[in-house]
Amino acid sequence: MNKHFFGDTAVLLGRSLRHISRSPDTIITTAIMPIAFMLLFVYVFGGAIQTGSDSYVNYLLPGILLITVASGISYTAYRLFLDMKSGIFERFQSMPVARASVLWAHVLTSLVANLISLVVVVLVALAMGFRSGASALSWLAVAGIMMLFTLALTWLAVIPGLTAKSVDGASAFSYPLIFLPFISSAFVPTQSMPGPVRVFAENQPVTSIVNTIRDLFAQQQVGVDIWIALAWCAGLLAVAYGVAMNIYRRRIS
Amino acid sequence: MSRDSHQTAGPVIQVQGLEKSYSQLHVLRGVDFDVARGSIFALLGSNGAGKTTVVRILSTLLKPDAGAASVNGFDVATQPAKVRESISLTGQFAAVDEILSGRENLVLVARLRHLREPGRIADDLLARFALTDAATRKVSTYSGGMRRRLDIAMSLIGDPPVIFLDEPTTGLDPQARLEVWQAVRELATQGTTVLLTTQYLDEAEQLADRIAILHQGRIIANGTLGELKQLLPPAKVEYVEKQPTLEEVFLAVIGDDGTAGVPTPTARAVKDPR
Repeated sequence: MNKHFFGDTAVLLGRSLRHISRSPDTIITTAIMPIAFMLLFVYVFGGAIQTGSDSYVNYLLPGILLITVASGISYTAYRLFLDMKSGIFERFQSMPVARASVLWAHVLTSLVANLISLVVVVLVALAMGFRSGASALSWLAVAGIMMLFTLALTWLAVIPGLTAKSVDGASAFSYPLIFLPFISSAFVPTQSMPGPVRVFAENQPVTSIVNTIRDLFAQQQVGVDIWIALAWCAGLLAVAYGVAMNIYRRRIS
Repeated sequence: MSRDSHQTAGPVIQVQGLEKSYSQLHVLRGVDFDVARGSIFALLGSNGAGKTTVVRILSTLLKPDAGAASVNGFDVATQPAKVRESISLTGQFAAVDEILSGRENLVLVARLRHLREPGRIADDLLARFALTDAATRKVSTYSGGMRRRLDIAMSLIGDPPVIFLDEPTTGLDPQARLEVWQAVRELATQGTTVLLTTQYLDEAEQLADRIAILHQGRIIANGTLGELKQLLPPAKVEYVEKQPTLEEVFLAVIGDDGTAGVPTPTARAVKDPR
């Protein structure tokens, strides 16, 4: 590893964080869609949904948090794409800068931006009646899972950021990710779904992550779901990181 | 001025038998040239001639298919990190961060070059490139000429011995163009080697100590302006009414004093017997 890796990453992280602080609308637009879903489902559809839980907002919040991250990471692809297009990327590459720093700065920025968006969404949920008696340790566990999930999806977002031909292409990849929670236990219990859909819903990553977070918030025993959730996140992270780095290396040589 | 250099004698850029293809397209078919230390060298060619490809290879952004190139004594293929410490690239499109201010852009590059006192370096360059008044403004509010000046100022940070300017004036208005020319001349007087690519004949004529013409992937001519002129039969004397060019009219009307060097009309009249 280049001896300047940490210093260069810190300098470039400072640059991207300035971008965010100068366009706070990116945080707001990230949070707006999940908040809209939350309002819609709690106050419009929620009355008709039988979850077996006494508060629908408590049931819903974990899935909404995942949607927040899925919409937030498209900005990583967008910002990376703009850097590639503008030529500043090539400037960094032609300078004695640690090469991996350029990507890591974008990834860390995504963690910070998504964390802020998640806090905004949780505050709105609290205003809508979300309550949890979870211990500080459980909250930390939720934060840890969300960070791992964000890290994995951000590395996934790096791929379109490096390869897209247009701005639209760079951010469009996140739409399927945003809708994945709808075919999971995020909004309704999977037992209500017909056969094949139920099989898909119960075996896709969102369900295990949502169930884990829901159990942590409800102070219930987290079952095997947490290990499945962590395995999905770690696996996705490893694959996405490998592919992204491979593309990056071919791109810069 | 102390400059970290591998070898002081001999050409600072050496290019031998450089080849590069993009799938079917054979862009470079064996390019050879040398650039002497402290000179301005122009790579002249039409669009798509491969100028940018040469610059990208020399600045370690692209690997050649065949041939060898060294910059400041370091091989671009085997010692890319050393090459990157010796060069600065100003690409075809101003590589500046639009969301940051001009000063923040300069500080960013100074930090990434691991220099001490990035703030002082930034302030010096802002003054040198007449950007002090705009220092704290977002770059997205800058004019094309200011943006290019900032771009070149960013390239000077860390005092690299070799600077690549890829089409530095493409898309600029005539005034901004003169500003850039002035900046390039100043570089050369300080001993920096400049390799610039251009498709404008007058730009090469105005700035370069040596000019190489890149055509269909090969250097088909390489020499000083005087040497290149001798490739043609001696100029015939024709009497042509000297009309001012529109550029000269434009600059006179807007009140530019032209100190940065308006193209000399005499050479043009002989070359261009309309």
